[in-house]
Amino acid sequence: MTGAPRLPAAARAICSGDRRALARAITAIENGDPDAGPILRSLYARTRQVPIVGFAGPLGVGKSSLINLLVSHLRSVARTVAVIAVDPSSPFSGGSVLGDRIRFEARANDAGVFFRSMASRGAAGGVAAATLEASRLLDAAGFDVVLVETVGSGQVDVAIREIASTRVVVLVPHLGDEVQTLKAGLFEIADVFCVNKIDLPGADTARRDLAELVGLAPAAGRWTPRIVGTSTTVPSGIADLWGAIEAHESFLDSSGTRRTGERQRLTAEIVGLVRDRLGRELTRELENDPDLRRLLDRVVAREIDPRTAADRLRNAVRRSR
Amino acid sequence: MTQSKRASRSAPIRVLIAKPGLDGHDRGAKVVARALRDSGMEVIYAGLRQTPEEIVRAALEEDVDLIGLSILSGAHMALIPRVLGLLKKNKAGAIPVFAGGIIPDEDARRLRSAGVRAIFGPGASLEEIVTTARKLARPAA
Repeated sequence: MTGAPRLPAAARAICSGDRRALARAITAIENGDPDAGPILRSLYARTRQVPIVGFAGPLGVGKSSLINLLVSHLRSVARTVAVIAVDPSSPFSGGSVLGDRIRFEARANDAGVFFRSMASRGAAGGVAAATLEASRLLDAAGFDVVLVETVGSGQVDVAIREIASTRVVVLVPHLGDEVQTLKAGLFEIADVFCVNKIDLPGADTARRDLAELVGLAPAAGRWTPRIVGTSTTVPSGIADLWGAIEAHESFLDSSGTRRTGERQRLTAEIVGLVRDRLGRELTRELENDPDLRRLLDRVVAREIDPRTAADRLRNAVRRSR
Repeated sequence: MTQSKRASRSAPIRVLIAKPGLDGHDRGAKVVARALRDSGMEVIYAGLRQTPEEIVRAALEEDVDLIGLSILSGAHMALIPRVLGLLKKNKAGAIPVFAGGIIPDEDARRLRSAGVRAIFGPGASLEEIVTTARKLARPAA
């Protein structure tokens, strides 16, 4: 059959606003359930490239509280919004306590909001393997904005780069001196710097250090990260934060970088999918390969080394393909 | 389809832990949340002072396999049946609900017949709670 793929029942339900169908589809993506495939395939054409805003930063800086206030702000300007909040899975038990919902205030009857907690399930970089496809599903389901809260992250947790159209790095006063801002990693991915808890002493220094960092890389035609101050205890700066995010989204369109950025992200995604699939197939093939057992005996006997064994096995697999 | 079944069997159990009503004592709920986490479950911790509407909405959005309600305020006979009723109304009556707290035997009997699948008092061991929770979430396993 050619043309637009027929929508599976679950995909139709998701598009018609069935939140339970949406929630179940996200679970299917998380679990690697084959049911997720047809839904994702059929809904891709319906995605509208809505803003996907990622929030990264150390734990305890107030990402959840900020997102809660940002959702209220977006609802007050009649935008619908979905949130994915990622928390870490235990490397020991595989279990997880997903606690970001606590900061999320009661909106029991508001169908314009959807909140989903997600465990990282062993993925590095601050998001889960399912976060990208889940956010795409939320786009197809009709939400105007998707907010992604990453795991309270360290300096190199920058996987949100592959998912979000705008990246907000949230910081607080007194995280370190200005040299910290020069270091590689987290500070490099910010489209917007949000200095939260601006009511605390030291906020001015933090903003000044960031302004200096941003000023070190002046570039014509490129986006200059915005710096915004916010507080969530006595809410302030939230409209400014959204303004900075929207300014970046407009820049993506006017500069043409949305298209180039998307091509880069999709390349990474497609190559990643092929690599994962080939990797799984190869692992299955190799584990059952009689050559492996023979080679293994020789490696154990110190007749050949692991690298030589790998070369031979790879050549054997190539020939058999 | 067999692959689908395999995936769902090995997938982590998702459980919502919430405290309905006006009750500030959440140590018990936290201890249980931690024990469930350590047994490999994904615990969505909704925290204090949740209305039945919020709890049911969270359960549906988070697509949980199981709901645990902790209640020490004495309002269990009002709040727990309300959660059960809202689940049914949302065609989610199949999600098992268990409860913990100070619940007199007579009330426990009535809650069980209303559909609460397990009730744990102050003497319950964490092992017992974890084992029961797993059985409720994955009856076939």
